[in-house]
Amino acid sequence: MADKAEKKKAVEKSIDPAVLEVLEKATAAGISTMFSRVDEMKPCPIGAAGECCKICSMGPCRITGKDKENKTGICGATLDTVAARNFARAVCAGASSHSDHGRDIALTLLAVAKGEAKDYQIKDEIKLHEVARLMNISTEGKTKEKIAEEVALKALNNFGKQDSEPLTYVSRAPKKRQELWKKLGLAPRGIDREVVETLHRTHAGTDQDAEHILDQVMRTALGSGWGGSMLATDLSDILFGTPHPLRAKANLGVLKKDEVNIILHGHEPTLSEMIVAASREQDMIDYAKSKGAKGINLAGICCTANEILMRQGVSVAGNVLHQELAIITGAVDAMVVDVQCVFQSLAKIAESYHTLLITTSAKAKIKGVTHVQFDEHRPMEIAKEIVKMAIDNFSNRKEVSIPSFSNDLIAGFSHEYIRYMLGGKYRASFRPLNDNIINGRILGAAAIVGCNNPRVVHDKAIIHIAKELIKNNVLVVVTGCSAHASGKAGLLAPETMEHAGEGLKEVCEAVGISPIIHVGSCVDNSRILTILSEVVEEGGLGDDISDLPAVGICPEWYCEKALEIAVYCVASGAYVLFGGVDSPVSGCEPLVKYMIDGWEAKVGGKLEFEPDAQKIVEKTLEHIQKKRKALKIDKAKERILYDMESRRELSV
Amino acid sequence: MSKIIATSAIKGAHTIVGKAEAKLKEAIDAKGPNETVEFPNTGYYLPVIYGITGIKIEKLSDMEQIIKMAKDLLPEVPSEHLWLPYLGNTLDAGIATLFAEEIIEALNYVIGPSPVYDIWLGAADDVIMRERGIEFVDGSAPGFAAVVGAAPDNETAVKLARQMQEKSLYVFLAGQSPEGKTMAEQLAEEGVQLGWDTRLVPFSKDIYGHIYSLGFATRAAMAFGGVTPGDYKRILLYNKNRIFAFVMAIDEVDEEKYATAAGAISYGFPAIAHTSIPQILPTGVCTYEHVVSNVSFDEIVQKSIEVRGLKIVITEIPIPVAYGPAFEGERIRKEDTYLEFGGQKTVAFEWLTMKEIKEVEDGKIEVIGKNIDDVEEHSRLPLGVVVSVAGRKMQEDFESILERQLHHFINGAEGVWHMGQRDIIWVRISKAAKEKGFKLEHFGEIIHAKILADYGSIVDKVQVTIYTDEAKVKELEEKARAAYRVRDDRVAGMTDESIDIYYSCTLCQSFAPNHVCVITPQRLGLCGAYNWLDGKAAYEINPTGANQPIVKGETLDSVKGQWKGINEFLYAKSNQNIGKMNAYSILEDPMTSCGCFECIVAILPLANGVMVVDREFADMTPCGMKFSTLAGTVGGGAQVSGFIGVGKQYLVSEKFISAEGGLKRLVWMPKALKEQIRSYLQKRAEAIGEPDFIDKIADETVATTEEEVLAFMEKAGHPALAMEPMI
Repeated sequence: MADKAEKKKAVEKSIDPAVLEVLEKATAAGISTMFSRVDEMKPCPIGAAGECCKICSMGPCRITGKDKENKTGICGATLDTVAARNFARAVCAGASSHSDHGRDIALTLLAVAKGEAKDYQIKDEIKLHEVARLMNISTEGKTKEKIAEEVALKALNNFGKQDSEPLTYVSRAPKKRQELWKKLGLAPRGIDREVVETLHRTHAGTDQDAEHILDQVMRTALGSGWGGSMLATDLSDILFGTPHPLRAKANLGVLKKDEVNIILHGHEPTLSEMIVAASREQDMIDYAKSKGAKGINLAGICCTANEILMRQGVSVAGNVLHQELAIITGAVDAMVVDVQCVFQSLAKIAESYHTLLITTSAKAKIKGVTHVQFDEHRPMEIAKEIVKMAIDNFSNRKEVSIPSFSNDLIAGFSHEYIRYMLGGKYRASFRPLNDNIINGRILGAAAIVGCNNPRVVHDKAIIHIAKELIKNNVLVVVTGCSAHASGKAGLLAPETMEHAGEGLKEVCEAVGISPIIHVGSCVDNSRILTILSEVVEEGGLGDDISDLPAVGICPEWYCEKALEIAVYCVASGAYVLFGGVDSPVSGCEPLVKYMIDGWEAKVGGKLEFEPDAQKIVEKTLEHIQKKRKALKIDKAKERILYDMESRRELSV
Repeated sequence: MSKIIATSAIKGAHTIVGKAEAKLKEAIDAKGPNETVEFPNTGYYLPVIYGITGIKIEKLSDMEQIIKMAKDLLPEVPSEHLWLPYLGNTLDAGIATLFAEEIIEALNYVIGPSPVYDIWLGAADDVIMRERGIEFVDGSAPGFAAVVGAAPDNETAVKLARQMQEKSLYVFLAGQSPEGKTMAEQLAEEGVQLGWDTRLVPFSKDIYGHIYSLGFATRAAMAFGGVTPGDYKRILLYNKNRIFAFVMAIDEVDEEKYATAAGAISYGFPAIAHTSIPQILPTGVCTYEHVVSNVSFDEIVQKSIEVRGLKIVITEIPIPVAYGPAFEGERIRKEDTYLEFGGQKTVAFEWLTMKEIKEVEDGKIEVIGKNIDDVEEHSRLPLGVVVSVAGRKMQEDFESILERQLHHFINGAEGVWHMGQRDIIWVRISKAAKEKGFKLEHFGEIIHAKILADYGSIVDKVQVTIYTDEAKVKELEEKARAAYRVRDDRVAGMTDESIDIYYSCTLCQSFAPNHVCVITPQRLGLCGAYNWLDGKAAYEINPTGANQPIVKGETLDSVKGQWKGINEFLYAKSNQNIGKMNAYSILEDPMTSCGCFECIVAILPLANGVMVVDREFADMTPCGMKFSTLAGTVGGGAQVSGFIGVGKQYLVSEKFISAEGGLKRLVWMPKALKEQIRSYLQKRAEAIGEPDFIDKIADETVATTEEEVLAFMEKAGHPALAMEPMI
């Protein structure tokens, strides 16, 4: 009986059969995972609702209970101030994560340009020139190293600059959006500065007007979206190549019984790219063979997975909730981690298995875990050292049970490639996308992004929403852990077009794509901003991102980065829906409403928390229809046939 | 579904690029790498390659880089499962195919087989492109169909051709059926006249010949659109937006045809197929669908037009033969003629006059004298075509304009041939037309229907009387001649100074978006087709159309011909490209050109004068450029000091480059042109006090270089030598 109840419980944890299989093994072995601890630890209701203020030692104060609207903290802070400050600090942490990632890439690019990081190269010169153009850096008569140096310095300047001019990439946004930001004072000035100012303003006794705090929150998030994140994406493309479609697989089934398995987990591409290169070197392969393995198999988890999937075609072991499970298979010889979403529980679980857990970032150590510090000046040496450690650990394997589940996928849709795939080298543009949105074959677009959260059934909402949207002719782009969920479910294979609505299917057939396309890691949500801006630029769908029939969805959010992405999307004009757990300001009803109606009135975008996946689908479709109506494309138009007079009026 | 197309097109592209590579090797082995390679008489090298890459192919070895480029563009064939996106790849494969096909065709000119044999015409040169260009510009040719393959039978082929001709489309023919048949041959077998004149253009037996269709389109973008060679994005978008062409596949589509169609799609030219191949319906690269299939022969012409987004208005004319401008080019040989009028053999004239509304009975058509059934085969009759029109907005000035249209109107009927105007007309009706029931009153039906259709805003009523009775014809001819004289005197007295309003012509903006013609009484449009009166009439007909009145306003320079009102208008209508213009100067802010000029005037600094070359002259000129190359520098709406595009009549205008001294500056022109306008030239020569001036103008028989021109001038005592230095 108890057994059956356990099993039933496990089924409620995830829709991924590989997860269920490993969880069963974990339960049997008495190993605690996030999936089990979530039942043991209920969320603190006061903290979850944003009602707890612990920013000074007069408190912590709880602004809770029936009469909370009339309560204040000891300092007099009202509930909305408290909730807004908590929210602001979460967004700061998220923005810092993405932007600090961007900074490191910029520093690496600078080192490469100066010849101080010989193992790296400038892989994509076309992108280098494009970025230089966007940054107003002249390239005439300059070597690629010189251009790269100027690009890197300009990027770094965006982090620390003190003038009031907007960040360089703000100019990539639609004109109308730039004007709105200017008018509202939302254009970010310095990436670091906005974070610091937010932290300052949320110190006890500083900014105590919730809406005013939230304005600065938007500016901070925009500093990441149109600054740190976008730089991270662009500069990574320059260093490691702009993604284009390639084949891979996703889920724990990609681990190999007879090869050295190395899991790369975390978020940054710098070391992982090098480990990929090292693992392909003949001396490493020979060394693995000498230790009885047939070869070296790499697989990714979290956004490191996305970085090396998009550019190198390295398969994916799973998303954030797979990290513990991968070790429990007993097949992982080394798990190499850098930053973000790398959980301390790994250390404990690794103790029960042979897996060698290796932290590599100077910013992120885990107590008791082997640390091999990454240094961009000698990355190959370090990468080889790590690969060698993994090979040496191969012979220590004990019981191995790799779930047989994995699905084929296509990834690698950079915005550059999307433009290419719609017209080839000579007619590359977003025109076909716009045209087919206008003519209704494609109803609209949705980005399904972000995390998993063990508080809800793993992957379930992501997959439900994705499938329902494509059925309704909504083109879906995915990033982060939602992309992994889609990949594991087989939705990133082009054959998925069969499940799309008729119009969307026609477009997918014409282009040869799945109706759900993988555009990258969570830092690459900046690619979505670029796509939206270029779609606006292409014409016919209004003149701002807020005019587009598009929605951003994070069905299973868990972390501060997700909130930060949400806010920069909202401030850029998008409707953002969060699923799973409730709003971190849910205790303050006026603030919840303000993020919907107030923000919509102010910036055209809004943030709404909706735990019911089906309702997310409905709200998405409703919003898309509303935008289509406003664009007057909700009804089929008669075909325009051109006579000579109408031809004379054309431009081009 | 479209994966099937992608797969076939990519395979076809591999094949064709392979063939081009092999053929290039063969050519280099035979002729060496430095052998010249070119299409006949074009300033655009191999135009598709030149337009898209900017690379000039002049010798065989130049082609090697293009082969490499094409090979780099060739993608993998899509896999059966888990395929990578294929649309971008397929379009790239299409462009690679076009490069390869252009190389193959060009090599055919070098090592054979010659593309020109039997009915096949091969490459269209720049003369054709510019001559036909004006038809594409003013809408008399709304677009072209690139027909691929053969119809199931000759009857269907003829039906399709006639339908497209009636819709005024050009029909470019290349590519054969699996049995080796082509539509062009089917038409030839049925005695249908092929060639540029009838708009049924047989390029080549195999599909590669459609590179000439795309070469035509690419050159239009450069010649009329002013697009820089190598600016591939604009070349292709120009075609998508302005050249209304489509591919019509009328039998089985094989891999090479798919590959070629993929190339056409990048130009925005969709493919419409009779067979049940897969479709690509989503829009974007083309304006509407990309591939539409399974279309019956009854519907394929209409469907093609719709898919391309083209609007063609045709006037239904109640006559028993087909009708359309495409039949204007049809010739009727003597032995095929049933009945003939004029041509110096009988008295014949046309005369159109305006009358009071109540004096005209609309639609009344009378034949006075014998009709076609009253005479034997090969007969001749006198002919008087007397047209009376009335309308509240009709003016006497428009009589000559409407009368001039009678030639086009009558000539548009299948089996009827018409030449000349006024009292020098020559008309033939073929046996075939007689067979189908064509009678003389049908002239009246045509005239009535076409005047009301094309000029309905100025003419409300049309009455036509056809006279074949000799005495009556002679009597009326005298009256008509008196009317012609009155008209001529009125127009001759009209000068630029006597008029405050000029007319713009932006007809060409369908092709050359930055160009504006300013038509004055003494400087007609550079295409030679529109004079000041035409502009005035066109404005009356369509007050919001391409011909707008421009109030001259303040005269800024009477010698150079510059007016404030004109400058302001130009600035607004040239997309802010042209701020000022001198109507009578070749050197300082001259008028721009679209690309359909009849002649180009170019400065010869050494000779202290100018030369003029017309588009019919294909050889080298003293300025070191052939017409085709010169045209490339003059067209596209740019002001180029020292070069202007003009209509022939402007050469004999008092205002011909009068800012620089006028006609006396003319030092060289092709002999044929000189002969063509000799009588007018002579009059002008006398007016400027140089009665033997014509003999002082050099031509190609005495000078082909600037030095030779100078030598000739010195010998002949050309007056330009004594004039002040031009620059």
